[in-house]
Amino acid sequence: MARIDVNHIRHSYLPNPVKDADFALREVHHTFEDGGAYALLGPSGCGKTTLLNIISGLLHPSHGQLLFDGRDVTDLSTQERNIAQVFQFPVIYDTMTVYDNLAFPLRNRGVAEADVDRKVRETLAMIDLADWAKRKARGLTADQKQKISLGRGLVRSDVNAILFDEPLTVIDPHMKWVLRSQLKQLHRRFGYTMIYVTHDQTEALTFADRVVVMYDGQIVQIGTPAELFERPSHTFVGYFIGSPGMNVLPVTISGDTANLVSIKGPQAIRLPGVPKWKKVGIKELGIRPEYIRVGTEGMPVQVRKVEDLGRHQVLRALLGGTEIAAIIPEGGEIPAEPKVTFDPAGINLYEDSWRIEMGA
Amino acid sequence: MEKTWNNKAWFMVLPVLVLVAFSAVVPLMTVVNYSVQDTFGNNQFFWAGTEWFQEMLESDRFWEAMGRNLIFSLVILAIEIPLGIFIALNMPKSGWGVPVCLVLMALPLLIPWNVVGTIWQVFGRVDIGLLGYTANALGFDYNYVNDPFDAWVTVIVMDVWHWTSLVVLLCYAGLVSIPDAYYQAAKIDGASRWAVFRYIQLPKMNRVLLIAVLLRFMDSFMIYTEPFVVTGGGPGNSTTFLSIDLVKMAVGQFDLGPAAAMSIIYFLIVLLLSWVFYTVMTNYGAER
Repeated sequence: MARIDVNHIRHSYLPNPVKDADFALREVHHTFEDGGAYALLGPSGCGKTTLLNIISGLLHPSHGQLLFDGRDVTDLSTQERNIAQVFQFPVIYDTMTVYDNLAFPLRNRGVAEADVDRKVRETLAMIDLADWAKRKARGLTADQKQKISLGRGLVRSDVNAILFDEPLTVIDPHMKWVLRSQLKQLHRRFGYTMIYVTHDQTEALTFADRVVVMYDGQIVQIGTPAELFERPSHTFVGYFIGSPGMNVLPVTISGDTANLVSIKGPQAIRLPGVPKWKKVGIKELGIRPEYIRVGTEGMPVQVRKVEDLGRHQVLRALLGGTEIAAIIPEGGEIPAEPKVTFDPAGINLYEDSWRIEMGA
Repeated sequence: MEKTWNNKAWFMVLPVLVLVAFSAVVPLMTVVNYSVQDTFGNNQFFWAGTEWFQEMLESDRFWEAMGRNLIFSLVILAIEIPLGIFIALNMPKSGWGVPVCLVLMALPLLIPWNVVGTIWQVFGRVDIGLLGYTANALGFDYNYVNDPFDAWVTVIVMDVWHWTSLVVLLCYAGLVSIPDAYYQAAKIDGASRWAVFRYIQLPKMNRVLLIAVLLRFMDSFMIYTEPFVVTGGGPGNSTTFLSIDLVKMAVGQFDLGPAAAMSIIYFLIVLLLSWVFYTVMTNYGAER
């Protein structure tokens, strides 16, 4: 296990990158602590798989350094880095038995057969496939195959980190839950450094201690699931995490009150504090649907539709020409002429898409 | 569940049935007809029963030609399959090299068979052929007209030149369909080049290799045009394959009965061997 420092890494798939847009990874500077469970979350094409492949050594970064426990490994091959990686589609050697699949990485490294046997049996027990050892790997189900991919990583006791590239994409929904909890268990028991790439927020939030949200080739926020939810540092994070995502509305500010640009006349929405602006930029107010209160007071809205999700309802309504979403808890009623107020505790302010702190 | 019978389906397959009947079944039946009768022309036929078949199966001429066919096919498979795999493995996977290689590989396949024969017939000639003349100038005693071994070498090299591309293209198609993740996983697992071939590439090429072996076996076992053009079956009978012998017998000597019997035996052997190949290879694949 190792601490992984990603040191100002930039990567482009083009031979002569010039502009920022030429880079698949604009600049990433981050430390993955030893034994941490991280999720890299972001939409397709945001650079998360690129970052993962740079860590595993399948790609060489255009700029920057990669350190494992302070040792520069940027120029080392994948094999020398001692990394395990589980891919989106299960990779198994289907002419081999389950046992031989797990023994493969050890035998390739010239480990003595007695040690191979001991390690393989341990690993088979860890991933719950002990009864399948003698079976050909090709006849197994997708989740078993994915476990074998994982097992080929776990079998090497000295792996520096285990990387997952959207490993549950092809797994049935009910098995996803099982596999994810098994992964968490392995993490707790053995303290592997795990980096888990996904575009599924539920997967990221349930798996990881810390979630790294990526957007457009850079990291926009690193935090615990709660931080990402309560204080998204970029409007993208607010929009991407949560279902439905955060409402983002253009505002004008005076002191500790805000007025929506889209509505004439003052509404004087109270803010939790006085914002500390850094520069003059486009100012927006972000509020999650969970913090919008629907009732008979406040700003009038026109109801567009109501989605009943069982536990709660989602109200889609027009507020001065902008569509907003609000969550109405179980048992809540929507009045005939609904009005909304914003709970100050759930308000975040953004300047040019980045979050601004508010003083008391 | 009750099964629905839809007799209209039969009308849909009727055109194919008619087509197959006229292109395959009717000619085959004509051959069967000849094989059990004797004729002296004038549309007079006499019942001969299994006489022609017995004659064929007891003739040395038939078994010698059969032996030549088997040796030829085995040599062809032993050269073309490994060579085809080797070339496919070394072809570029991306970039401008791909279309260049594919076109180069496809070229021999586009040349008509008798033209291939003519090319090599001229190429190998001792007096004017580039190959024949050069070989002799360098001190090799090469002459495919006189020497049975040289004739065999010429015919085999010609077939390798003509048909290895087919194996290459099939294998290449199998190789490019392997997802990158397999190679990446192999790197992570520290697999050697040989292990990658043995445990990833070869198993994934299994299906196309089966097709390649079948096609090359059947085609080489039925070879006719090229050796006919190059050697005409000689020197002596050294390159007289079954097909060449068959034509000699049917068209040259007008022995329609024995020729028909031979055709049927030949056909059954090709069918049988192809079935054996197919069964062995699919079972091998399934079991693994």
